[in-house]
Amino acid sequence: MTVTELVSYEEALATYEPVMGLEVHVELGTKTKMFCGCSTELGAEPNSQTCPTCLGMPGSLPVVNAVGVESAVKIGLALHCEIAEWCRFARKNYFYPDMPKNFQTSQYDEPIAFNGYLDVQLEDGEVFRVEIERAHMEEDTGKSTHVGGATGRIHGASHSLLDYNRAGIPLIEIVTKPITGAGERAPEVAKAYVAELRELIKALGVSEARMEMGQMRCDVNLSLMPKGAEKFGTRSETKNVNSLRSVERAARFEIQRHAAVLSSGGTILQETRHFHEEDGSTTSGRIKEEAEDYRYFPEPDLVPVAPSREWVEELRATLPELPRVRRNRLREEWGVSEHDMQSILNAGAVDLIVATIEAGADAASARKWWMGELARRANEAGTDLAALEITPGQVARVCALVAEGSLNDKLARQVIEGVLAGEGDPDEVVDKRGLKVVSDEGALGTAVDEAIAANAAVADKIRAGKVAAAGALVGAVMKATRGQADAARVRELILEKLGVEG
Amino acid sequence: MPGITREEVAHLARLSRLELKAEELDHFAEQLDVIIGAVARVSDVADEDVPPTSHPLPLTNVMRPDEVRPSLTPEEALSGAPAQEQQRFKVPQILGED
Repeated sequence: MTVTELVSYEEALATYEPVMGLEVHVELGTKTKMFCGCSTELGAEPNSQTCPTCLGMPGSLPVVNAVGVESAVKIGLALHCEIAEWCRFARKNYFYPDMPKNFQTSQYDEPIAFNGYLDVQLEDGEVFRVEIERAHMEEDTGKSTHVGGATGRIHGASHSLLDYNRAGIPLIEIVTKPITGAGERAPEVAKAYVAELRELIKALGVSEARMEMGQMRCDVNLSLMPKGAEKFGTRSETKNVNSLRSVERAARFEIQRHAAVLSSGGTILQETRHFHEEDGSTTSGRIKEEAEDYRYFPEPDLVPVAPSREWVEELRATLPELPRVRRNRLREEWGVSEHDMQSILNAGAVDLIVATIEAGADAASARKWWMGELARRANEAGTDLAALEITPGQVARVCALVAEGSLNDKLARQVIEGVLAGEGDPDEVVDKRGLKVVSDEGALGTAVDEAIAANAAVADKIRAGKVAAAGALVGAVMKATRGQADAARVRELILEKLGVEG
Repeated sequence: MPGITREEVAHLARLSRLELKAEELDHFAEQLDVIIGAVARVSDVADEDVPPTSHPLPLTNVMRPDEVRPSLTPEEALSGAPAQEQQRFKVPQILGED
């Protein structure tokens, strides 16, 4: 393996224009496999979800999963694609033990969806259109475990073990057209595209698209051409880049590596490369000895898929609002900045805030609790916001208690703590812990009188018109009531008693 | 004139992991060439108005509902495996040493 000195990113971009192609595989969330009724449930015992069809036994026959086709059409429509009126499956022949059939059932020159686009929004709000070449239906492969090598990798392994539970799970492969014109923002566009696609897939409800679970995987094709050139350079294909951050890093690394090779007079090999999470580098995978020769031919065991125009229009009518459009709408409704909205999205809080608002909270309060106290607690616990043991309805109740003056923020935090600790609904926690703002006007009045008496000099200043000084008295009252008073009401009482207009 | 060369047959044999001796290559290349030539005569009668077909049945959209059906047990699935380990199919080394 040769180590290439990288060229700095800026230097690379000063000379070359990157061209990218992104291939994303999405595992659909169907209950059964694409061509047989075996379950797709995760975590089952090895080889407990197989049948003669997905094991490639002679005489077995595949039948297409209707939900698989429906999901493919929905994805195609959401990507603004044309939907084929008639298309077929094809056999992609190759010898590798991850497919017991020795071919993968895929689609070749007749994809179910083609010619679309996805608009993605970069962090500063700029919108970049990524054009879609095609989206086609295929099936996942089995899972290999390599035994005997030092690192569990295929190199040096003495033999391999195969679990075919995953073989045949429906996949949709989504391929972009060459992405040009992104320049130095190419890695950012790649990341934003995959992120937007993931949101879209989730919004469609066709997959949970969890990259860490392998439900969504990305291959990054990248080449460089001299600025102003029209002919694309030779590309490398970095396989299985499986997080958003990695997509950006892989693109960036390949830009720097290609630039180094090209500017020293070398040529880029068309090859598969592996991405390494540890340092963000890529290394050469197999160099293709001979051109890929999959001998695609139409799958004789499956009849064509011909989605009727009526059905396609029915599905189009069920499409949800596109995630980017929805985010922009919510951003305006909530009155937050692009940057804040990005943080909310990154925190996985969009749907939680929406649900909290639907449960009766106002937008500002819902956002404040999810992005403040709850985000902090999720972070401490090392979990997602959605995994916290509190529902949007419970958060909305906390917001309501604060709004009606029964709780102040400090007490509300204790209520949230109680709910998270499993002490019950907010109202139960309030009762059990005795967390109620002192709203007994008599008791509060006494506390205010005492504070005024104990701070005569401050009281005089307020009487003289220096209203800002009231803060010190509010503090004293809050201390005396151990924080269980409504600070706004305390302030009102102080000003009232001193005869000053707030 | 469509046909197939000895080199193409050797290539296909390699892709299909078939080990053919030199005389077998000669033999099959000749036979396959004859077969391809015979099948190609279909093109002589098929005019522009006859679309290529991949399936003899005039059917489309044969689908099944997304409902789980019983799978084989792991024992049944593995019963025909030449070798197994840890309830998985055991296959020989895939790649040699680098």
